Amino acid sequence: MKRFPAQFREKFVTVFRSELRKNKGLERLRGPVKNAFGIALVLSLAAVVAGCGRPQFSEAEKRTIASLALSALPPLKPDTTNRYADNPGAAALGATLFFDFSLSPTGTVACSSCHQIGQQFQDGLAQGMGVGRTNRRTQPLAGVAYSPWLFWDGRRDSLWAQALVPLENPLEQAGNRAAYARYVKARFGERYERIFGPLPDFANVPANASPVGSAAEQSAWSGMSDGQRDGINRVFANIGKALAAFQRSINPRKARFDRFAAALAVGQEPKDDAVFSPEEIQGLKLFIGKASCSTCHNGPLFTDHAFHNTGVPPVVDLPPDRGRVDAVAQVEADPFNCLGTYRDGSPEACGELKFMVRDKPELVRAYKTPSLRAVAGRPPYMHAGQFGTLEEVVAHYAKAPLSVEGVSEVHPLQLSERERAALVAFLKTLSP
Amino acid sequence: MLGVLAVVYMTAPSTPPAAAPETGQTRGSEKGMFVATFVPQGGAARQNELQDWVLTLKTGAGQPVENATIEIAGGMPQHAHGLPTSPRMTDYLGEGRYRISGVKFSMSGWWQLKLGISAPAGSDTVVFNIVL
Repeated sequence: MKRFPAQFREKFVTVFRSELRKNKGLERLRGPVKNAFGIALVLSLAAVVAGCGRPQFSEAEKRTIASLALSALPPLKPDTTNRYADNPGAAALGATLFFDFSLSPTGTVACSSCHQIGQQFQDGLAQGMGVGRTNRRTQPLAGVAYSPWLFWDGRRDSLWAQALVPLENPLEQAGNRAAYARYVKARFGERYERIFGPLPDFANVPANASPVGSAAEQSAWSGMSDGQRDGINRVFANIGKALAAFQRSINPRKARFDRFAAALAVGQEPKDDAVFSPEEIQGLKLFIGKASCSTCHNGPLFTDHAFHNTGVPPVVDLPPDRGRVDAVAQVEADPFNCLGTYRDGSPEACGELKFMVRDKPELVRAYKTPSLRAVAGRPPYMHAGQFGTLEEVVAHYAKAPLSVEGVSEVHPLQLSERERAALVAFLKTLSP
Repeated sequence: MLGVLAVVYMTAPSTPPAAAPETGQTRGSEKGMFVATFVPQGGAARQNELQDWVLTLKTGAGQPVENATIEIAGGMPQHAHGLPTSPRMTDYLGEGRYRISGVKFSMSGWWQLKLGISAPAGSDTVVFNIVL
C-alpha cells in the first residue's frame, strides 16, 4: 500500500489537532462519550490516510511534470548563425568583455552591471539602470541561448545580435561601434585576431561613429566609406558573437522541483528536500491544471518562448510601450538579423524571422513569456517590474484585468486564498 | 475539517477535458471541393519547433489538385491568440502535394489550422485540428 510522505502525515495530524483544540463543543465532552468520539475521529482519519495513499498524479499530470523537469531540456543546438558560438576562445573573450566597464564611455557600465553574476545575472530593479534608467526589467540569463527571440519584445533574433543593442543604447552602455572596434583592437587585438582573423585598419576611421548614435556620430558614420562601415560592423558583430559564446554557458541549475520530478518519474518516494509539502503539491497541480499556468510556462525552461498580452498594466512614468507589435519592424530592419550579411552559415537557420507573425492585433502589448526557473529569487516581476511579489503576480492572473490596449489572453479564474498561496509555494520550488 | 477537505480536494480526479476535437489527418473541405491530407514532414507534430508540413490535395474523384494557392491561418480556439508563426506554402512537390513551412505550436492543447485553398477548379476551406 502506498503511504503518505512522513511530512504530509505530520502536517495533517497537526492541523487536525488544532481543529480539535479550537472546537469548544468537543472540549465539553467528557468520559466515554469523548473517548468514543475521539476513537471515531482517529478511525476516520486512518481511513482517509489509508484510502488516499500518497498524493496521486494522473498519467497526464505525470507526463506534464516530466516535461517541465530540467532533465527534459535538450542539449543546446549549435548556432550556425554564429560560427564562434562554441569556440572556447570566443567564449573567454566574451566573458572578459561581459565584465568590462570600459565598454561604456563613462567607464561605469558593463553588461554585468545589470546582469549581475551573483543575482542570476539580473539586478533586482524594476527597470534596469545603465547610464540612465531604462524602460524594461533586466532579464536573467540562465538558458537564454535557447530563446529564438531576445528582449521582452523579441526585437532581436539571436543572442549575438541582442548583445550589440545595450552597447549603443544611450540609456545602457551608451557607446558607439567605431569606438568599440577601436577599443577591442587596442586592448584585445591579439586575442581577437586569433579567433576572428585580421582586424581592419582603423587609421582613417573616426573615433566615434554609429548609424544609431548621436547626431555627430551619425554624421561621422555617413562620412565613412562602405568598406570602412563594413569593417566596423564586422568587428562589432564579432563582439556580439563573443558575448553570445560566453552567455551560451549560462544554464539553469537543478531546482527542488527537478529532484521531486525525478523521483516521481521512477515511482520513488522523494527524499530530503525533494519531499513536497501538501501545499506545494496542491500548487503544482494547480499550475499544470486549473490555473493553466503551464499553458505558456511550458517545457523545462517554463516558457513557450512566445509573446502574449496578459493585461500587465503600463508603468505611468515610462514612455509608451506596445511590446511585440513595435518590435517586428525593428528586428526586420536590424542589419545584424539572421537574414543580414553578418550571419554565418546558411539562411536555412532563419525560419523564425522568415515566418514571424508581422501584423496581427494580438501582438499589441504582447511580451515574451519569461522562464520561471529560480523565479522566487528575483522580484520584481513583469517586463517593467510592475509587481513586487509572486503573490501579486498570481493575484493579477486570477483577476485577469483588461489590457490598456489590445486584448489580454488571460481569463479571470476563481482561486481561493489557499490556492493562491499554494501556487506561490510551488513557484518557490523552482529554485535550487 | 479543513485538513480533511484539503486532502479530499487534492486527491479528487481533476475535471475531465472538454470533448476532444476531430483530429483526422485527412479532411474534406467545407464545400466538398477537395479532400486534403495534412501531415508533418518529420512524421510527428512537435511542440516549440519550426516544422515543414505536407498538404496533399485531391478532388473528390481522387485526382491530384495542381496549381493551388494556399493561405494558412489558425490559432488556439480556447485562447485569444493565433499561430505563433506565419506558415506559408514554400514548394510544390508534385502530385497535388504542397510543402507548408514555418509551422510551429508553442504550447500544448488544441490548435486549429485553417487552410484557404484556391485552385483553377475553385476555392474552398479546410480546417484541421491538432492536439498536442
